[in-house]
Formats: sequence, structure tokens, C-alpha cells
Amino acid sequence: MRMNVSDESLAQAAAGGDGAAFATLLDRVYDKIFGLAFRLTGSRADAEDLVQDICAALPGKLGGFRGDSKFTTWLFRITVNATHDRRRRHASYARATEGWGDWELAQRAEQAETAERLDWLRLAMDTLTPPEIRETLILVLDGLSHKEVAQVLDVSEGTVSWRISEAKKKLKRMKEAEV
Amino acid sequence: MSDFDDLKKALNAVTPAPDGTRRKENLATALKNFDARQGMRNETRLTSERPNNGLFRGVISMLAKLQTRGALGATTALAAVGLFVFVPTLRETVTDPLVQRTKAPLGITTQVDDAAAGASVVEMDPVIVEEFAAAPLIEPTGRPMVKRAPAPLMAAPAPAAGLAIADEMILPEANTEAFANADDNPLKVTAEEPVSTFSVDVDTASWSVIRNSLNWGNLPPKDAVRIEEMVNYFPYDYPAPEGTHPFQTSVGVMDSPWREGTQIVHIGLQGELPATRPPLNLVFLIDTSGSMDDPQKLPLLKQSFRLLLGQLGEDDSVSIVTYAGSAGRVLDPTPASERDTILAALNKLDAGGSTAGQEGLQQAYATAREMTEEGEVSRVILATDGDFNVGIYDPEALKDYIATERDSGTYLSVLGFGRGNLDDATMQALAQTGNGMAAYIDTLAEAQKVLVDQLTGALVPIADDVKIQVEFNPAQIAEYRLIGYETRALNREDFNNDKVDAGEIGAGHQVTALYEVTPVGSDARLTDPLRYGSAAEGKSDELGFLRLRYKEPGTGTSQLIESPILTDATPLEDANFALAIVGFGQILRGSELIGDWSFGDAIALAQSAKGEDAYGYRQEAINLMRLAQSLSQ
Repeated sequence: MRMNVSDESLAQAAAGGDGAAFATLLDRVYDKIFGLAFRLTGSRADAEDLVQDICAALPGKLGGFRGDSKFTTWLFRITVNATHDRRRRHASYARATEGWGDWELAQRAEQAETAERLDWLRLAMDTLTPPEIRETLILVLDGLSHKEVAQVLDVSEGTVSWRISEAKKKLKRMKEAEV
Repeated sequence: MSDFDDLKKALNAVTPAPDGTRRKENLATALKNFDARQGMRNETRLTSERPNNGLFRGVISMLAKLQTRGALGATTALAAVGLFVFVPTLRETVTDPLVQRTKAPLGITTQVDDAAAGASVVEMDPVIVEEFAAAPLIEPTGRPMVKRAPAPLMAAPAPAAGLAIADEMILPEANTEAFANADDNPLKVTAEEPVSTFSVDVDTASWSVIRNSLNWGNLPPKDAVRIEEMVNYFPYDYPAPEGTHPFQTSVGVMDSPWREGTQIVHIGLQGELPATRPPLNLVFLIDTSGSMDDPQKLPLLKQSFRLLLGQLGEDDSVSIVTYAGSAGRVLDPTPASERDTILAALNKLDAGGSTAGQEGLQQAYATAREMTEEGEVSRVILATDGDFNVGIYDPEALKDYIATERDSGTYLSVLGFGRGNLDDATMQALAQTGNGMAAYIDTLAEAQKVLVDQLTGALVPIADDVKIQVEFNPAQIAEYRLIGYETRALNREDFNNDKVDAGEIGAGHQVTALYEVTPVGSDARLTDPLRYGSAAEGKSDELGFLRLRYKEPGTGTSQLIESPILTDATPLEDANFALAIVGFGQILRGSELIGDWSFGDAIALAQSAKGEDAYGYRQEAINLMRLAQSLSQ
């Protein structure tokens, strides 16, 4: 029944106390948050924990959604900030900020071809440093416009474009090194 | 996007589906918290004196935005409606209300609403606990200064402790942005507490942060709004100093624009501008951590320092120390006239690595000591986006270190760059401890203002530990409140104690402070007179008495300046512009005490008082007020 209602309207209704709207909304965005959290961390376990925390805190945060951006943009911002905090909290700071994933991917790389692709992916993600550049690219690959990414990360659009071009350069360099 | 096709495909291929069981559990938790929250909100409406005004939600959204390490230790209280909000020092997910209770500030009986506790599982923001107690309107009799760091609770009298948790608790790990602030100064009844004491503040960082937020289309986070830093951003036409003291004090009185029946007492300090400044030894301590890799940060920093370099002469010398993983001196002390050498070193700076603030700081201070000769001023200028993630595990030890160096004659200023990572709270704390200023550089124009137009003021101190104490006459003034300076409050006894640190004034600096006062017999009085109060005594032609203490730089004993505040004092020059800015700040902070005074009123007042505005700062302010007005609609 509410399928045609926009995320934004649902969020407003939820902020006004409509529990059904909140349930519909969360169900709708859950997988998106999880996907983003996974791509940002490279770790399924971390992504699950992050989503859990976000779900628990979201009711208290809804009042902060002002409707001046898309709801998902706002939510992605919360997700990105949550990953930052998690990263900071974890002891092995250096590795956490520089490395992507916790190598659990290897367990799923049964076939040689898959393994090779995973190695390449890991290498690519590790090439994309500092983490801001990686983060920016992931958001763009998630289909956000530069403007939306700028809102999520609270930087200027120019910074987003600049980071994307940096990412491009870094990947190109990696490719050249492979040959 | 074709460049990234492979990457996108690979990423999508490895992204797993979320675990079904946990998904169900998480959704259930979210709904439970949601419902708990509704119950709580309904309760608020019942206890609130102003139903349907969205106040509560405003508080929640303010706290949700309050991603702060400084405010982790602070409390925000809206005592007027009996609603307390705690932001205890917690960073792990907390589900047990008992844990929160133990973290609650001393001196307040915490009755954590169960529903509130259930709903307050917050991972990335401070844990939020709402408490709806019939809270009496307790006024803190004084808040510890930010710089007297280690034991704020002991410095404040017990009944006030709940409100008086200082905002200096800087923790080594934190959320993205952190702003230092405290609750609005409450209204005080003159008969009960006639004396108000605070430290001067010449920082302007808050104004820049507000401008930056508004220019990006957001109203600034309320905690980023420090009214004294807004009003002190602008130059006013105060009388120049005459006589023996390094600054001139002026006092004006006028009617308040926002509440009929109240008046404004306007205190203006003008620092002297020496004809020649002493040679400067500057050590640039530059953050080259990975997070500085942003056009708004390191490149802007380099350009800013290039501007500054243009202002230095052959007697001045410059050194550059970086901190990034390991600290390194990239430029040995060099006369400022060797521009090419300095610029080459500056251009070679590159962002990368993690941040180790302390190590770099020690090296910078060692360099400064090396450069200092008799009669010279040395200053470390720390430029950072506020990321002190590695290297400082004990912020108190760091502040102690800075305080020791300050006492041996090297000052510290902090320049903040970029948003997203900005740690205003740490910046403020370090600069205040180091007797320096904290400025936030968001544009090259701001760099021009801070580092070129006001260079001498920013770098040459003329008075240290400047404290202001005002005693109001209960025969004339029924109530008063200090507008702004919340993070600078001092205890009454701190005024005469030369060991208590306070803010410095640089050459040519101005300090503006405003009190709103309610004369005896005014209809605007908010509290009832005491039935059994003793008849107030005192000379009837004085509203109050102003006392100032300062130390000449490098001396240990303070000097006293005293002057009465007379009933027939006239408004100071430019007073209306200062009022417009202060009013603007109060609107941004959501103050309850300015009635329905609006952005429109602030714009009209500022417009009428724009004056000559040689640098265009005032016009910029009016433009920002307009922007805020549009954004708030």
C-alpha cells in the first residue's frame, strides 16, 4: 500500500511518529545500507555489526533528517560516519585505515579464476588510498551523483571530482604496473 | 564511468546478501527503539510548557548532529522547560542504563527513563540519555575554564556540577567533527549573584565555521555557534588606548532590541598597536596526515602561508616542522627574507601517513626555543584539520606540556583547515592552553584577514591572562545575563588569583562583550522580587562596576583596571552592529530569551549599522544572515 510513497515522505511520517512508515522505510533501505557498509569495509562481519548499530540508533536520528536531501543520501552519510567511527575504535589503526577487507574473502575464493579476480580487487582497493578516495569512489559506483556524494561526505563537489580523478590515475598506474 | 567498470563489477560480485536472521533481529530492535521513543516524546509534550513547538525534536536533532568529542563531556540543559539532556562520555554501544548512570555527571540525581535508555543505543554519536525531571532552575555559579583542565568537577561548586561539566574533555578518538561549547549563560538575579567573571576571547574560528556551513547550505550545528567569537570577528570603532595600560576599556549602555524593558551593557576593549613590532620567530607545525590530502586543506594551507610570508621581514625567521607518521623538521630556522628557500620547502610538503601530533609538537617547541633570542617572541603555529588520531592518547598530558612551554615563553596558535574532520574542540583547547588564538581558515580571503590584515595582533601579544569581572548594582539592575563567553566563564575567586590562566590580547585586538540587563522595576523582569529580600544598597548612579585584570607579557603579577558603569552611559560606536551579530548568534543557538526576534530583525539592524565597512566584513555578515533566513524557512 505504501509501495509508491517516496522514502522522503516515509521518513517525514516516521519522524512524526508513524511506526508503520518507519518499518516500511527501514525494510526498503536495509539491503542498501548493508551493501554500502560491506563495500566500505570489505568485511561481512563488520558490515553486519554496522547495520545493527545503525538500526538501533536510527529512531533517535530521524529527527535530524531535514528533507533537504534524498533520504538515502542522509542515510549513507550516517553509514559512512559509522564506518569512520568503527575504524577509529579498532586498535590496529594503521591497517584499518590503509587496508580494505579483512581477508575473509579468501575463504570464498575456491576457484582459481575467482581467486585471481579477488586478488585483483583487493589490490585495487588497497591502491585507492588515502581511504577518502576509496570511499568517494565506492559511493560514486553505488550510483550517487557527485553532488550527492559531496553531501554524504560533507565536502565540496570539486573535492569529489578531484578524488575521482585521483582514483582514476591510481588505477591506471596499477594497470600499467601489471603489464 | 567506463574506467571503473571492472571494479564495479568485482565489487558487486563480492558483496554478499545480508544475513536473514540478523536482518529480522535488527529490524525488530529498530522498531522497538522507535516505539520506545514515541512513548517518550508523548511524555515530553505533557511536561513541556510549550506543547507542539518541536522543541524536543530540536534537541534530539541537535544532539544527533553533535558529533563531538568535546561535547562528549559536556551537558546541554534546557532548564527552562525542565528538560535535561546528558551526553555522557561513552563511546561503545551501551545498552545497560546502569552504565550510563555511573557516567552521569556528579551532583545530579539521575533518573534515566527506561524508554530513553532503550532507545539510546548509539554507535557513532554520543549516547543520548534524556531525562525528564522536575529540574529546578539551578544556575551554575561558575564554570571552570577550558584551560584548567584536569578536574572540572572539583573546580565547580557541587550544586552546579551537572551543568558545569566543562567542555574540555578531549578524548583521543572521536566522531567526525567536534565543537567546543556549553549551555547558554543563564539569567542571574543580581540580588543573589551580583558578580560575573569571565576570560576574554579573541578567537574568531566560530564565525568562519558558521560561514562555511551556511555557504554549503546548512544551518550551522548549534554547538558550533560561539557568540563571543562571532562578535569579535568584526572590527569596531573603539577609542584607542591612552595612558599606561596596553588597552582601552569603554562601556556603553543602550536599549535591547529584542526585549522591551531590558538594556544592553556593552563592554569594548581596544588593544594598542605598537608602531614597530618585535622580530617574530615562527615555527609552522604542519599536519601532513592523509586526511589533509584535500584541496581545502594542504593546498590552501600552503597558499595561506605564502600570504603570511609576504608580511614578514628580514628580522623574522621561520622554520617548518611536519607531523605525519614520524615528525620531521623540513626547514631549519631561516630568515624570512629567504623567500625562495622557504617556499621551496613549503611546496615539497605532501600529505600521507597517519597523524602523530605530540611528537611533532615537541620538535616544534624545541625548534622555537632554539630560535628565541632575548626580547623576541616565538610562536608555534599548528596547522591541522584537527586529526590527532595517533600519538596523543592522553590529552591532559599534552595540555600540560603546552602549558609548561607557554610559561617558558613560547605561544601556540592553531589554524584549522577543511571540514569533515574538523576538531574544533581540540583546537580551542590547545590554543587556549597555549595562550594563542584559534582560527579556522576556509578560504584564501579568510587567510588574508587572519594572517595578513591582522598579522600583528595574531602574533604579537600585548596582554596576557585578561580577565573581566562585572559587579552589578542590585539597586539598579534586577537581572542580568552575559551573552556568549560560555566556554570562558571563571569562578569569582579566580579573578584575583594570578595563577588562574585566561585569554591573551594581541596588538590591535578588540574584545567585545555584551550583557543584557533588566533594570529594577522593569516589566520585562522574568523572576519575582524576593519578598524577604533585604533592601538593596549601593550608589544609585551606577549600574555596576567593571574590573579588569591583565598581565604584561612575560610577567607574573597582574594589573587592575577599574571603572564604574554609569546609568547615563551612551551607546558605543558601532554598537548596533555588535547587537545585530549577537542577536544573529542567539537565533542560531535557538535562544529562548530573545522572544520572536528574527533573522529579518537582525538583517535590518545590521543593515542600518553597516557604516564604512572598509574590508566588506559586515556586508558578508548581512549576506550570511539572509542565507540563514532562507535556509530556516
